[in-house]
Amino acid sequence: MPLRKKSARMSQTPAVRTEALTRVFEPKKKKEGSTVRALNSVDLQIEQGELFGILGPNGAGKTTLLKILSTLLLPTSGKAYIAGLDVETQFTEVRQRINMVSGGEISGYGLLTVKENLWMFSQFYGIKSKVALQRIDDMLKDFGLSDKKDAKVRTLSTGQRQKMNVIRGFITDPDIIFLDEPTLGLDVNASRVIRDFILRWLKERPSKTVVLTTHYMVEADELCDRIAIIDNGRILACDSPERLKKVVRMNTTLSMDVSRLKDTSVFGTFPGVENFTFTEDGEKGLTKLRFVMRDESGVSDIVSAVLGQGSRIESLQKTEPTLEDVFIKMVGKGLD
Amino acid sequence: MTDGWMMRNLRAVRGRAYPRVIGAVREPSWVFFEVVLPLFTVAAYAYVYQFMDAKVELIGYVVLGGAMTAFWLNVLWSMAAQFYWEKEIGNLQLYMVAPISRMSILAGMALGGMLSTTVNAASTLVIGAFIFNIAFHIVDPLMLAAIFVATMVALYGMGMMFASLYMLFGREAHHLSNLLTDPVYLASGFYFPVKYLGVFVAAGASFIPITLGLDALRQLFFTGGAADAFLSVEAELLVLVGLCALFLVLAHYSLRYMEYLGKATGRLTLRWQ
Repeated sequence: MPLRKKSARMSQTPAVRTEALTRVFEPKKKKEGSTVRALNSVDLQIEQGELFGILGPNGAGKTTLLKILSTLLLPTSGKAYIAGLDVETQFTEVRQRINMVSGGEISGYGLLTVKENLWMFSQFYGIKSKVALQRIDDMLKDFGLSDKKDAKVRTLSTGQRQKMNVIRGFITDPDIIFLDEPTLGLDVNASRVIRDFILRWLKERPSKTVVLTTHYMVEADELCDRIAIIDNGRILACDSPERLKKVVRMNTTLSMDVSRLKDTSVFGTFPGVENFTFTEDGEKGLTKLRFVMRDESGVSDIVSAVLGQGSRIESLQKTEPTLEDVFIKMVGKGLD
Repeated sequence: MTDGWMMRNLRAVRGRAYPRVIGAVREPSWVFFEVVLPLFTVAAYAYVYQFMDAKVELIGYVVLGGAMTAFWLNVLWSMAAQFYWEKEIGNLQLYMVAPISRMSILAGMALGGMLSTTVNAASTLVIGAFIFNIAFHIVDPLMLAAIFVATMVALYGMGMMFASLYMLFGREAHHLSNLLTDPVYLASGFYFPVKYLGVFVAAGASFIPITLGLDALRQLFFTGGAADAFLSVEAELLVLVGLCALFLVLAHYSLRYMEYLGKATGRLTLRWQ
């Protein structure tokens, strides 16, 4: 759950608004493939002060949406506004209010130190050197990178580099920041530091807005006030994580750990089973089954089927639906 | 805490110039690649001229031309091809999303490149002059400075224009730079007076600012330089100033076109699409 008080939200011009936003990518040459409709008539409104998540599988249109909103890409049709400004015609004004960070970024120059790199990017936003250097010191401290201040960027680890990238985005104190998979490929600790920082930053600045895309359900669930689930360029659902989960809470979610299971293919077709997923835990020799069921009447059939294969049930529990359950229900498949 | 448009762009110029200047200091290998290596080419031409018993100014021209190659290489590899490399490492989209003119980024690259390359070129000039016992006779230092500055602005203006155009070539960018290296050494008369290529070739080559810049510098550095000149120094200054304006305007419009194309097709700024 987000730690912030949502009452802090401003009821002014929306931070982001899109109207029937569509983006089509044409192949360079006809023989190179077919037209891709990356965004398909997307209507979205993000209020000031929100931490808004965009969740979707690869190729769903998340990055395309962020690129249009950050003025790097033109829509094929439809409109997008940042703080009421048209991203197509008022991009200079839009750029004064935004910044962006992408996961796995290798931007900057390896020969420069961390401090020098951050200073350089701050200069593109007209921040006075004294102010920029103070912010750099403060933020490096927040991210536990103070001791790397004078290290050359090329000597940093992936996690350290991504922390530096996140600092680069926030150092300009943007009104709206776009984070494209900011914790992609990072270890648990580095991800935690970045998430905590985002939450703290927004708590201290209630009028600022964060729009992030992520692959990680837990991240979206933990951080976001609202989430849009996107697939094939369309917004399938858009609401708070809690309300999204209510959609599947009406169902029963059953988790079962079993050993020596021979065949998982039968479970998806059981009456009453709306969704079925499983993962193998090779270390413990277990198969983890997860069922989203319309009601509990089919539970005994599932148990019988497991035992019928000569398997042993190690644990069985009814669980609260997660965002992943919502995602699977909406998209029809998991993110992996 | 942030500035208006003008100050923001000036800060951007300084910010982008910084890695160029500091990078040159932090990479000691430049001494070998950018000062010592050009001296080998200079030495080859100088010994040919000495063997032919040619007039002494020709060896001076070679040393001067050898020093100026540093600027041409810098413009080709670190200006023209730069946006392509910046796109590959993800910097270009950060430049695009910043609230500044893209010209400021290029101006910063140019300024930083000019400053660091001037040190390299001056080193080549001084060492070459020492080895081959070259005597410079500078009678008009003000004009010398004016020609040098005009040559640099026009040359780097051309580099700024190329930076956008190279983006259209994608991975072929480095082939283009290779293609423009040796032919330009010949056409611009890096190691001999360009007038000996004939009026039409010299006039055509004059669109490359270093052609007239070198021709004027030869006249201003050496007593017999005027005898080998293609045009008078004053005329060359005038043309160079014209080229400055031309290339800066063309750079501005080609940048706008490149940015529009990048946003429209999604292929220039988005390295993963």
